[in-house]
Amino acid sequence: MTITEEHTRRTTAAYDYADLPALMGRMTGDEKHGPAATSTLDVLWVLYDRVLRVSPERMDDLDRDRFLLSKGHGPMAYYAVLAAKGFVPVEWLTGFGSYDSPLGHHPDRTLVPGVEIGSGSLGHGLPIAVGTALGLRAQGLDGPAVWALIGDAELDEGSNHEAIAFAGPAGLARLHTVVVDNSSASHARPGGIAARFEAAGWSALTVDGRDHEALHTAFTAPHPGRPHVVVARVEPKYA
Amino acid sequence: METMRDRFAPVVTRLLDEDPRVAVVLAEIGADAFADAVRRYPDRVVNVGIREQLLVGAAAGMALTGLRPVVHTFASFLVERPFEQVKLDLGHQDAGAVLVSAAASFDWPAGGYTHMAPGDVALLDTLDGWTVHVPGHPDEAETLVRHAVAAGDDKVYVRLSLQANAHPLPVDGERLRTVREGRAGVVVAVGPVLDAVLTATEGLDVTVLYATTVRPFDAAALRRATEAAGTDVVLVEPYLAGTSVAAANDALSDVPHRVLGLGVGRRELRRYGRLEEHVAAHGLDARSLRERIGAFTAAGALLRPPSTAPERVMAH
Repeated sequence: MTITEEHTRRTTAAYDYADLPALMGRMTGDEKHGPAATSTLDVLWVLYDRVLRVSPERMDDLDRDRFLLSKGHGPMAYYAVLAAKGFVPVEWLTGFGSYDSPLGHHPDRTLVPGVEIGSGSLGHGLPIAVGTALGLRAQGLDGPAVWALIGDAELDEGSNHEAIAFAGPAGLARLHTVVVDNSSASHARPGGIAARFEAAGWSALTVDGRDHEALHTAFTAPHPGRPHVVVARVEPKYA
Repeated sequence: METMRDRFAPVVTRLLDEDPRVAVVLAEIGADAFADAVRRYPDRVVNVGIREQLLVGAAAGMALTGLRPVVHTFASFLVERPFEQVKLDLGHQDAGAVLVSAAASFDWPAGGYTHMAPGDVALLDTLDGWTVHVPGHPDEAETLVRHAVAAGDDKVYVRLSLQANAHPLPVDGERLRTVREGRAGVVVAVGPVLDAVLTATEGLDVTVLYATTVRPFDAAALRRATEAAGTDVVLVEPYLAGTSVAAANDALSDVPHRVLGLGVGRRELRRYGRLEEHVAAHGLDARSLRERIGAFTAAGALLRPPSTAPERVMAH
């Protein structure tokens, strides 16, 4: 079956948060895959379920929100959420990482419906998100929100700091970043993540990355005239 | 004398007027020339500061929203420094942009090696889908910048240089142009080396082709030229020597042929000075070119059986 044929067979079943472990299990072979095993799962779910104005039918809509997964590593939670929300057929999940599957260990935007950027090499998503926000603004499209998800260790990459330092002074109010902080950076200081964004003029909130209400409140907090970062703290990777 | 780069900002400013998709992304270098444009189009002319990874990444993001970004800085900071952004943010994301470089291989010799980028075209050759324009005159630069911006969502590189020929030729953004016809070899002159090549080959019985668009390489035109002039081919390029040798070999893969690739040497000279001194140091002045092209074609004449040798070999 070709990708195109399969894609037209749109998944119609409604999936909920409780279904995500089973969807991820289709990729890992582990049905008991717990949400805690994936640092990004709750952030992704709250964004796709309650915040992002996106849907499978809107992917060509210039006025849609843009979610850019910069931390492309371990994308099982991302694919599970995309499947749950009908962007990709659930049947695709079982082929994860195989030659004929569009779902790789790093996502490819040209292969997966709903994926705005290919990622894998760290430090590319936030600069592209800056350009996306600039491009939308230049076309008078001030409705769409642009989101980039990065990891705390990914912040090591200097390209992020080029983007952070530019976006604040440029007043890119439609730009949002969520840093999933599982304390995986080798060299970091407590509070350092939010402080760096704040120093560049961003609005910054730090919340429990497993608390859906807290995430939603932080994601939807007003930040007039400034880009906004949410630092979502989860269990340390190397506890 | 007006340079290609003097022409660049006014042309792109007119394109900003003509096409609402066009945007300009800068990293300080060249920003002064766009001062008027940024006043008129503050959202479409963006200076990201001295941040070259962001320069290319932001351009890619703009392209993904439907804009046609024109990205400009020195070649060393446009292709070499953010090369992974060129590879991934444009190539892998399937996003288009027009990269317009300045300073070329050694336009500012007194600036030293940090501001020299003879390897830019060779680097882009490791990637798929790039169109590469190398104008040899400000008029040609204007035409090719317009071609590049109009090329849909293609990935296009335009290499501007202070080196230039005295007179422009018509360029179409695609094909090699025959400048001189001979029967004992083909010399392909790329962009600003044309004048030196024409002087060097004065009196030699060679065809001279002029290339201002080197990728995709016009293989058909090279093949046609070899039908009358034979398959001894010399490439003279204003960037890394041998950059287009593989393309010429591919064009002639089913016939016996010889290819000589002349251009900028790999060795770091660690010299400052003037542009002409670097042209000479790399053997790209007319006298050096004549020696090397002449020796190559003369050796070819000796290799050929008498029945296929050219009827006359001009004296040097």
